[in-house]
Amino acid sequence: MKASERAVAVDAFKRIKERAESSWRELWKDRPVIMVGAATCGRAAGALDVLQAFKDEVKKHKIDCPVIEVGCMGHCYAEPLAIISKPGYPPICYGYVNPVIAERLVKEFVLPGKDNPCPEFVIAALEANDLLPSFNDFPRSKYEQKVILKNCGHIDPTDINHSIASGGYSALAKALQMTPEEVIDEVEKSGLKGRGGAGFPTGQKWHICRHERGRPKYIIGNADEGDPGAFMDRSILESDPHSVIEGMIIAGYAIGARYGYIYVRAEYPLAVERVQIALNQAKRRKLLGNHILGSDVSFDIRLFHGSGAFVCGEETALIASLEGKPGMPHHRPPYPATRGLDGKPTVINNVKTLACVRHIINNGAEWFAGIGTGNSTGTAVFALAGKIVNTGLVEVPMGTTLRQIIFDVGSGIPGGKRFKAVQIGGPSGGCLPESALDLPIEFDSLKEAGAMMGSGGMVVIDEDDCMVEMARYFLEFTQRESCGKCTFCRLGTKQMLEILSDFTLGQGKIEDIDSLNRLAEEIKNGSLCNLGKTAPNPVLTTLRYFRDEYEEHILMGRCPALMCMHLIAYYILPDKCERSCDACVGTCTVEAITPNKKRIKVIDQEKCVKCGTCVTACPPQYNAVVKLSPPSEVPDK
Amino acid sequence: MTLKDSDRTAEESEHIRKETGHVLKGFSRKRRNLIPILQQVQGRLGYLPREAMTGIAEHLDIPAIDVYGVVTFYNQFRLNPPGRHSIRVCLGTACHMKGGYITLDAWKRRLEIKPGETTADREFDLDTVACVGCCTMAPVTVVDDKPEGKVEPTRVDGILLAFEQEREEKGQEKSESK
Repeated sequence: MKASERAVAVDAFKRIKERAESSWRELWKDRPVIMVGAATCGRAAGALDVLQAFKDEVKKHKIDCPVIEVGCMGHCYAEPLAIISKPGYPPICYGYVNPVIAERLVKEFVLPGKDNPCPEFVIAALEANDLLPSFNDFPRSKYEQKVILKNCGHIDPTDINHSIASGGYSALAKALQMTPEEVIDEVEKSGLKGRGGAGFPTGQKWHICRHERGRPKYIIGNADEGDPGAFMDRSILESDPHSVIEGMIIAGYAIGARYGYIYVRAEYPLAVERVQIALNQAKRRKLLGNHILGSDVSFDIRLFHGSGAFVCGEETALIASLEGKPGMPHHRPPYPATRGLDGKPTVINNVKTLACVRHIINNGAEWFAGIGTGNSTGTAVFALAGKIVNTGLVEVPMGTTLRQIIFDVGSGIPGGKRFKAVQIGGPSGGCLPESALDLPIEFDSLKEAGAMMGSGGMVVIDEDDCMVEMARYFLEFTQRESCGKCTFCRLGTKQMLEILSDFTLGQGKIEDIDSLNRLAEEIKNGSLCNLGKTAPNPVLTTLRYFRDEYEEHILMGRCPALMCMHLIAYYILPDKCERSCDACVGTCTVEAITPNKKRIKVIDQEKCVKCGTCVTACPPQYNAVVKLSPPSEVPDK
Repeated sequence: MTLKDSDRTAEESEHIRKETGHVLKGFSRKRRNLIPILQQVQGRLGYLPREAMTGIAEHLDIPAIDVYGVVTFYNQFRLNPPGRHSIRVCLGTACHMKGGYITLDAWKRRLEIKPGETTADREFDLDTVACVGCCTMAPVTVVDDKPEGKVEPTRVDGILLAFEQEREEKGQEKSESK
């Protein structure tokens, strides 16, 4: 690009930025502002009702107070969340808000002259202050470092001004001053590796594609987040879509692509909606489209709705799907960087990888490489779920240990239960036991332990969960999602699933464990793509670390965690059952409980569907319903 | 009881052809448009009946089996008409651990259909979904596009009862207005 054209881009961006900043300043001008976290997780907890309640209340009292919908702050355990910023107070984050609390907050705090910040509903203040504890006082703040989640939950994702005022698109303006080679060089030096799971160096991928002769070139943002139990990509797209779009434009400039696609799962309707809005706004500001910021660079992004196939997270399958075919992977090489969409050079990057790009360009490769450890630079984003107190999104520097994430950031296991395992990397990952908790989170160390980084789903498992059942669950998932192309993946996983199902039914044989190991090896070797290559991981890791549970299922027909439905029976302890209480009788969903002559309740084992409703119904002072395994433990009358 | 293809009336077939044609007008005959076309047709009809699939195949000039292959490959597409109310049971990891499979059992028992099917009175359709990302509210069931948290067997009955009451009230209003 010529020097005169570069100056045009700088000036053009300056004007856009000034406009955005003035609208941002206007927002915060001497008035309270209410922000409600309304990403999908917040909405499931009732955030839209809370949003409406705030709006109604503000309207009723005729006060000047914008009520804004923002994305996800990551504290999903306390949804719905709201942040109230009132002049004279630090911004305060409230949790478990409902419409009644919203009404009270407006009446007692937001209204002019009111000064009660209602500490009983406060999670924390966003800044250190003398009045309330802040997030910095939380033990987790010691470990967390927000880079790509920084804006999430603090800006309106549907207003590009918010994004630009918070630093958005300045990296694009800067990148346009650099040559494409310089951009690639910077990304290479940063050590950024793909965040989708495989961990291929991003700069190298761009470099390969840049030097391919084929035209046109494409860039694809992969947001086909199919792992059950993972929601990082969804959250970023819903909370800060511009960070991904900016990363894609820079990538497009670097490799010389004219068109890009964002491939989003159709199961994420809100993410689809917000990305579309963001694309339209970026186009109107000339940050996307023909002659970006008045320069000679042109780049367009189209949105493609994925149709729900786990295998489409694999890059060659994703391309097949974009071309209108069933999402079946094909052999690599050729890698998409050489021959991808329509046979043209194509770079496919995960959403989180793309979101890192703006920070690398803005702060420099050295800054990024300074976070994390030697081989794994930058931060890792995890979605914490399962048996953990603080479910939600966390971002920590690479090298943080699993123990720090689970116990310090996630506050450990609820209900005083014992930690059993952590499942990382979804159906491709593995279950790691307590002994692995001090592993630092790095691409290599996790692989050695039998798991993998994956895209960032982290599900915590406690003593009430059966490892055999977990392995069966993940295998059922990969078996169902196997595209059917490779024989070993298609039929091998089916065989493994049948063996595992037999175990959970109490019909296993001890020699089946050897068959499982053999099948696992063969599936790994005989599958084209990573879906097949990693499908046996959950089975192999549970066999490696929890073999005793397998043996108990097979040899004694007993499920030690009391989870496998066919290996347990519900039983009402006669000496604990209260004659004058019929709570379980009324709630049993299949009418399997009847009082006997002494008015002691008895479960008809033939009718019982093992839904566990009677356990919940039985008043805690009696606690008469127990699970027994094996079912033969239930005494005859 | 499940609904069958042959139960369709002539009016419905006409409606299917019309809506499919309407969508096809907006797309060129490129194979690459197949998935967006299917998504839009399903958006209008709620499912992909045989007539729609053959119409799309003709438009794109590809064998009907290719269309059927894509439709059955992806989880998003359905071959049955949806019910008035859609029930999607989340079977993500977190939901599974907190008893999502027990909840699914309860829905199956009450509606007397399997996932992917619609009740004969077209009132409900049942399906599973891999993960809706509301793992903190597990076990989740998405009822009419609204994720409901902590849906255990007793809540299944509660949700169904609310629908039944709604239906009865509507029925009464109708008979009164007559």
